[in-house]
Amino acid sequence: MIPISLTVNGEKVVRHVEPRRHLIDFLRLDLGLTGSHAGCEHGVCGACTLRVNGKIMRGCLILAASLDGADVVTIEGISESGEVSDLQAAFVARNAAQCGFCTPGMVMTAAELLAEAGTPTRGEIREYLSGNYCRCTGYQAIVDAVEDTLRSRSAKP
Amino acid sequence: MNEITPASIGLSREDLPNSYIGRSVPRPNVPKLVQGRATYTDDVTLPRMLHAAFLRSPHAHAKFSAIDTARAKAVPGVFRVFTGHDLAKICDPWVATLDHLKGMKSAPQYPLPLNHATWQGEPIVAVVAESRAAAEDGVAALDIEFEALAAQTDMETALAAGTVVIHPELGDNLVFTRTAESGDVAAAFAAAHKVVEARFVTGRHTGVTLEPRSIIADYNPADETLTVYHSTQAPHMMQGVFAKQLRMKEGDVRVICKDVGGSFGIKVHVYPDEVAVAAMARIMGRPVKFVADRFESFVSDIHARDHRIKGRLAVDTEGRVLAFDIDDLTGIGPYSVYPRTSAIEGNQVVNLCGGPYDFKNYRCTTTVVLQNKTPTCQYRAVGHPIATAVTEGLMDLAAEALGMDPVELRRRNLIRDDAYPYTSPPGMRFEGLSHHASLNKLLEMVPLDRIRADQAEARQRGVYRGIGFASFIELTNPSPFMYGIGGARISAQDGCTVRMDPDGSIVASSGVTEQGQGTEAILAQIVAHGVGVPVNRVKIITGDTQTTPYGGGTWACRGAGIGGEAALQSAIALKQQILEVAGAMLQAAPETLDIAMGEITDKASGKPRMTLFELGRIVYFRGDTLPKDLQRELVQTRHFITKEYPFAFTNGIQASWVEVDPATGMVKLLEHWCVEDCGRVVNPMLVDEQVRGGIVQGIGGALYEHCVYDAEGNLLTTTLADYLVPMSAEMPEIHVGHVETPTRESLLGAKGAGEAGTAGAPAAIMNAINDALKPLNARVHEQPFTPERILRALGTIA
Ligand code: FES
Ligand code: FES
Repeated sequence: MIPISLTVNGEKVVRHVEPRRHLIDFLRLDLGLTGSHAGCEHGVCGACTLRVNGKIMRGCLILAASLDGADVVTIEGISESGEVSDLQAAFVARNAAQCGFCTPGMVMTAAELLAEAGTPTRGEIREYLSGNYCRCTGYQAIVDAVEDTLRSRSAKP
Repeated sequence: MNEITPASIGLSREDLPNSYIGRSVPRPNVPKLVQGRATYTDDVTLPRMLHAAFLRSPHAHAKFSAIDTARAKAVPGVFRVFTGHDLAKICDPWVATLDHLKGMKSAPQYPLPLNHATWQGEPIVAVVAESRAAAEDGVAALDIEFEALAAQTDMETALAAGTVVIHPELGDNLVFTRTAESGDVAAAFAAAHKVVEARFVTGRHTGVTLEPRSIIADYNPADETLTVYHSTQAPHMMQGVFAKQLRMKEGDVRVICKDVGGSFGIKVHVYPDEVAVAAMARIMGRPVKFVADRFESFVSDIHARDHRIKGRLAVDTEGRVLAFDIDDLTGIGPYSVYPRTSAIEGNQVVNLCGGPYDFKNYRCTTTVVLQNKTPTCQYRAVGHPIATAVTEGLMDLAAEALGMDPVELRRRNLIRDDAYPYTSPPGMRFEGLSHHASLNKLLEMVPLDRIRADQAEARQRGVYRGIGFASFIELTNPSPFMYGIGGARISAQDGCTVRMDPDGSIVASSGVTEQGQGTEAILAQIVAHGVGVPVNRVKIITGDTQTTPYGGGTWACRGAGIGGEAALQSAIALKQQILEVAGAMLQAAPETLDIAMGEITDKASGKPRMTLFELGRIVYFRGDTLPKDLQRELVQTRHFITKEYPFAFTNGIQASWVEVDPATGMVKLLEHWCVEDCGRVVNPMLVDEQVRGGIVQGIGGALYEHCVYDAEGNLLTTTLADYLVPMSAEMPEIHVGHVETPTRESLLGAKGAGEAGTAGAPAAIMNAINDALKPLNARVHEQPFTPERILRALGTIA
């Protein structure tokens, strides 16, 4: 067991973890943060996307043991902080989530795109989201929701 | 019907309906999904819960006998090991046949096989441990000797003399065969002006629900009850299955669906590993969890659409369809899957080929055979994408042979919109379809002249673009004719109980289920409409066999049509009951009263008379003030089943606009259109999103998704890096339009909408690719249309 001490959603967390424990299992099983999902556990589907030290990453490809001193933000944290409440409202309005299993990862990825504060085209939004699989929606509503949010943010002074 | 305040449903004044039916009300389920606050089965943790992992067969076909579990049991954290023989003591095997599929046969299947492994990935031994990781360590420490056998992997040779017979007790590998024949096919072909033919292949693919199959079974020996948290579409059916196989009473089994992360037909079947989990919980008296990992999903979720189809079409000089002659062959793996069986997909091909067209002479045979590959069964749009690809592929070939525009050929042959009721050559009865209205609507949406001009101009530059069309029919709202008459305990009826609580809140519990389609949202709209309350005053309960009326769940596009109608009828009945009570309180005849936005009103003037809050207060807390003999139960239940037609058919048409790069064989999807007629649309936004999601799954099967096996029967595509599913960058913008032909079987008039997209998309894409390749004299009919296959068709590679 390896001792780690890190910040998760702004809270200090101290634990001992097995070397093989990946970040998603750590969050879900050790911390009860079940908003991050494991869809493949081999780095392809993006359901496990979360933020580590300010950048989005695949939680299934990170060992918890490597995160001593890290700053982790999950869908629970980003929801509570209100950082993307407009994006989340747009997801509701556009029905951009059906089963919702991909949705937390999708929101985390879209949050990074929003934070870049550029003016991407629909094609560029599609490219940006391409690491996140959604099996239900066909993606168009998700692209709509992100585009709506970008537009309303840039309309604000 | 009801006055609605804009704030109550988040709509503007301009949008104001007097009804919730036909309105794009946002789904109340979505906020929890976007905040990571949903609860999927794997998010549930129970006290003393154990975790299961399975040793899966490394061979497509093998015998095994001795299993040495000693080393596995010594692994830290491992609690127990179970073999097939251990579970067979308390769990009976099942055989997946249906009586109405004449002559169908299949072998008994156990939760874990006794000594015969029949596909690579079949669960063989289970290890139960305090964590999933420890259980996997235990699996790695199992010692089992397999004696590999020759595998039957090629469906074309499954019935040949001397072939490997997978279950010798069945005599051969034939599961089922059926021929539908009507008219005089031979004479029609002999008299034809043109005959076209082709060999089609649809690739074996699978559902890839992003949430893998998940289950927790918890047996309580004190009260002898089994509670199962299950990511399933059909909780009541599974309740019956667990009870029957484990020799329990249905009343002692409770199945609960938490949030379900996608289903698409994958989660409506009986999986041996899941039954094993229930059996192990029963034996140990402790909860056991199993969540498939992605590798396990690929080798053990049902596959589908492994078909080879030879088709011929005869037309006259006017381009009228004279006859279809189809021969379908499908390999379904080593077992027919319980309880729906794996013969339905082939049977659907027989029922559906030629479906949109008016013609007389028809012959179609399906032959369903065993193979040593993952079992196949019903996946979204069961059989429809196959039948549509064959039908529409042949129609385009005929158009070319006739020198006729493909749209014109369709127009000449589509069943007239005033021809209903209509019975198709294989005996499908259509109550009312709108092929011509749909085609006309599609042509309003697709800028065909601009596209043809662009296509001609692009060809000058060596850029190959094509447009393809596909008309289709889709079977929804199934009656007992689908499964029940064959002896399967699969409910075609569904119920809904609607009640009013003291403060005027409305609670409806329904037998249909939610996996993201928006079932609960449309039920809330229908109930709000039926009772006369704001939609946000309605709570919907689904997915719990102990608290919902018995029903079939959500599959085959029945949520809105069957579950929705039960909800509407029970809501209307509750409204009547409320008005009876209100009439007694207000000394008014109930017929003179109405309910609008949660208030009792005077029907004629619309003047508010009393709130539901006040009515609830009196009924629940001051019943002494009401007349003694007044019926005051503010709860009503109605069940609904279709009676006139075995199925409510829907119809539609899709168009796909693509660009094919002849240098690389890559297909770029430029734009996609779909017009579909699912009867009454309850929530247009949700229907559009069902259609879009369905189209993208159809695109997956057409272009990317393929379960590839080697000659020995090993699955080569077991990660998401090998098995490609559509991603956002490659997907086109999809335009959806509607024609509404409500079914007269119900008040609501809704038919299903979830599968139309998947039914038609592959055919439209195939025809678009072939339109693009036409100047290069190349053509593809084998899905998925990979760059390799396109380059081969072009002669670029051998
Ligand atoms: S679970 Fe991490 S990418 Fe799929
Ligand atoms: S909403 Fe189901 S996977 Fe995206």
